[in-house]
Amino acid sequence: MKYSKPRTEKEATDILLAEKGMAKILAGGTDILVQMKAGHIEPDLIVDIKNIPGIKDVISRDGGYEIGAAVSGYDFNINPELKSFAPGIAEAFDLIGSTQIQGRCTMVGNLCNASPAADTVPALLASNCTAKIVGPKGIRECGIEKIPIGPGKTSLDKGEFVKSIFIPSRPDFSSDAYMRLTPRSEMDIAIVSAAAFVTLDSHGVCTNATISLGAVAPTVVRVKEAALLLIGTKLNDSALSRMANECKKACKPINDKRGTIEFRSHVAGVLAKRTALLAYERAGEKIE
Amino acid sequence: MCSKKDEMKKKFRVVGTRPIRPDGIEKVTGQALYGADLHAPNMLVGKMLRINEPHAIIKSINISKAQKLPGVKAIITFQDFMEVSTNKTNDILENCLANKKVLYDGHAVAAVAAINSEIAKKALDLIDIELEMLPFVVDVDTAMQKGSPVVQLGRKHENVSDDFSDNVTSFCSFGHGILEDGYKNAAKVIERSFKTPSVHQGYIEPHACLASMTADGRSDLWCCTQGQYNVRAICADIMGIEESKLRVTASEIGGGFGGKTTVFIEPIALALSLKAGHPVKIVMTREEVFKATGPTVSSSIDIKMGMSKLGIITAAHAVIRYEGGAFPNETYELGAQSAFAAYDLKAVKSEGYNVLTNRPAQAAYRAPGAPQAIFAVESAVDELCEQLNLDPLETRLKNAAKKGTKASYGPTFDEIGLIATLESAKKHPHYAAPLAQNQGRGISCGFWFNFGGNTCVSLNINFDGTVGIIEGNPDIGGSRASISQMAAEELGIPLERIRTVIADTNSLGHNDVTDGSRVTFSVGLATIKAAKAAKKEMCKRVAKLWKIHEDAVIWKDGYVLPAGPNAGDQEPLSLKEIAAMSAQTGGPIAGHHEVNAEGAGVSFGVHLVDVEVDPETGQTKILRYTVFQDAGKAVHPSYVEGQMQGGSVQGIGWALNEEYIYDSSGKLQNSGFLDYRIPVASDLPMIEPVILEIPNPGHPYGVRGVGETSIVPPLAAICNAVSRATNIRFTELPLSPPKVLSAILGKE
Repeated sequence: MKYSKPRTEKEATDILLAEKGMAKILAGGTDILVQMKAGHIEPDLIVDIKNIPGIKDVISRDGGYEIGAAVSGYDFNINPELKSFAPGIAEAFDLIGSTQIQGRCTMVGNLCNASPAADTVPALLASNCTAKIVGPKGIRECGIEKIPIGPGKTSLDKGEFVKSIFIPSRPDFSSDAYMRLTPRSEMDIAIVSAAAFVTLDSHGVCTNATISLGAVAPTVVRVKEAALLLIGTKLNDSALSRMANECKKACKPINDKRGTIEFRSHVAGVLAKRTALLAYERAGEKIE
Repeated sequence: MCSKKDEMKKKFRVVGTRPIRPDGIEKVTGQALYGADLHAPNMLVGKMLRINEPHAIIKSINISKAQKLPGVKAIITFQDFMEVSTNKTNDILENCLANKKVLYDGHAVAAVAAINSEIAKKALDLIDIELEMLPFVVDVDTAMQKGSPVVQLGRKHENVSDDFSDNVTSFCSFGHGILEDGYKNAAKVIERSFKTPSVHQGYIEPHACLASMTADGRSDLWCCTQGQYNVRAICADIMGIEESKLRVTASEIGGGFGGKTTVFIEPIALALSLKAGHPVKIVMTREEVFKATGPTVSSSIDIKMGMSKLGIITAAHAVIRYEGGAFPNETYELGAQSAFAAYDLKAVKSEGYNVLTNRPAQAAYRAPGAPQAIFAVESAVDELCEQLNLDPLETRLKNAAKKGTKASYGPTFDEIGLIATLESAKKHPHYAAPLAQNQGRGISCGFWFNFGGNTCVSLNINFDGTVGIIEGNPDIGGSRASISQMAAEELGIPLERIRTVIADTNSLGHNDVTDGSRVTFSVGLATIKAAKAAKKEMCKRVAKLWKIHEDAVIWKDGYVLPAGPNAGDQEPLSLKEIAAMSAQTGGPIAGHHEVNAEGAGVSFGVHLVDVEVDPETGQTKILRYTVFQDAGKAVHPSYVEGQMQGGSVQGIGWALNEEYIYDSSGKLQNSGFLDYRIPVASDLPMIEPVILEIPNPGHPYGVRGVGETSIVPPLAAICNAVSRATNIRFTELPLSPPKVLSAILGKE
């Protein structure tokens, strides 16, 4: 097994491109080291991207924030500006692993591990985040939802890696929230999760909403039909329960050791309702 | 010498205090040596080839390709071992390495020793195994039925009915009185069936050992175990050597909870070492620990119980079916014996069955067999209380076993603390605290037999007045602290002057395994008696020095002094002064004691728990948890509290989320801590321990074992609380969110 720690993006893509066997990117390492120790993967090459300039930076631009691929959960959550800007993303990021894992884990790693249960992905999706991808043909940008294409699989081409995630600017009176169900309160993996992003007018009426669900399909899903049901409402009970029903319908989960289809679908609706309400409350606080 | 009764009432100086633990600094700085921490020159790495099939005939094992791989020094299979003397030892060996059949997912069939782990892993891949798959069975009820796949033939005892398949190996029955009369007198009779999953002890440290064996049979084994003497006995038998040839040293231990009372890798490492001519180290992975070391039994239990209007249990019957994997075991008997131990019953019967399945061999787990049986009994008691509108605590008090009660399993109880424990729970503010919507309160009693057993202790008075204690039981619950405290108490010297170490098998006589909550009781008892022996010797030395008769000196608070004015007016001599003169008065001074200790005294506990169930997700949160338990005398109260809290946490995990999950092909689905969910700290409230001290007449200081009882009540306490919070009677564990939600949605 080879280990390399390139100093430039170009160097990184060149090394990745040249590798004939299995190449893996190392940022925090909280997924790949575990997978290697368990014997699930035996990479031929590990490319540690932490030496690439700017990879640990948080840049404020265009009313949003660009988060470098090696920014850890701890770095993110210790930043009060980020936490108040995107509380839903912050709480999703904060739920990964334990305090020790928080010092290492990254959002980009969470995204590229391509688990349908990844905590940050529903939150990033609800906030319409994009990813900046470096590759042999230069830099390209796409919605984060385009990257995971199935459990453990990404759409990234050979030689490509994600260098940052952009959290776009938000209209006034907007906020987000994320919740998951895990049997344990931490050190666990989501059996179902939901994220919501809502924008209100100055009277507290919802003008825009996004709902996304995790661990109910091969990839994280955005439930447009459910979100539409919230628009024009103040998230009253009937709107919420119609929205929750729509979420249930959108679920295509599996029966496995972690939960049943019935359980996942039902709880997806429950969590969608609860996150929508929490996001609504957070957005509403900005009106007063 | 003061009388026993006076000693019970005596005021303690060191016993009952909370000194800093003696093993703390080593452990927090990483200097403590655990199973995997020892290295030897030219050491090889041992690895096991495990088969991921539940049941198969081994047609052939071809090691020729693997043997040719450079760096491979030895490969062994079951055929490399000679025949062993007993069925029991053979079972242990066949669990380590399969003989003719693979009996469960994860069963090992060969082992390799190589110069590093990469080569060892490659060698495993090069071993060709030809298997013939067989139908399998992993569920206890299915395994009992005629026509079910049979795991092992010829293991059925004569007293087992022919109505069952050959998987049912053993049967037992206990009880007294006429059940039918009791049911007739009941206001309500219920019949319920319960199920509990197999759960793993979940110790943090995986099994690890380093073995070195030479051609003449002399061998050394360093391993993580709860009993080095037991490891020696099993391994010497398997390797065909005398016990004196094998020295076993127990490492520090990162948890055992009963699971380290047998062997899984030690004989393999010895055999590999003998064949390779080098020391061999084997360290299990977490996956191996889950798949191939013992979880506890899973159970299926039927209860029929009758209760009068006033809450008297008129008759009770339990049929207990335990599945402990592919090999016979005795846990079913402990279940049948403990089921009704908390109650004084006129008519009672408990029957137990052991059933073979294609699962790993069960190992002891903290009060083995009791939590499952008592879960079923305590759930039935709670449901009857609810149906008859009776207070569940008062009802337990009315039926509680006490001094003179003839226990369902035969003996008549001496002084026991159950009523005092229940009274303490009744008076506690927890029992009267208000509950909100979706919240419920559960209560359960718990019981464990406790054990004494074979014990040796040597206590050496060093020339500088310090004391070295040598005992033979690995310290899994703070025993070095409590043993040192009891010695300091008895010798009247500061605790800091005492160090207790754990001997290897060749440095001290036989000691039974650290199990049965026996160590603080038995080793403590032997330590006190060893200290008394040393004191006697010190008195003798001083008498010699003062040229007076031995009877003319007495020991008091760490000093030898003249017994009275007639004996003289010599200045009292301290232990330190006597120690300094020992070379001049006859040589080194020591005390020792050997005993097969009796009088451990049974142990009862009562747990109270409040839960809140989220009606939309089925998730249970533990809001408040209080443990009431009789410790006899708490030598180091912090450790006693730790035992009470730790057992509760394991029981909480068992009740809520822990379970072995098998898929339809008989393979274990959750052999890691991600999907085998033991609770984490943030899942729990502060568990409040209430220690009762009702002295055990069988111990000089009144000590009673406390290690195991605390895992017994949580299963029923939590299930009763969840049942009351949801108005749905649950009878199957774990109460994981999908199961609870499904019941809630089913009711709507």
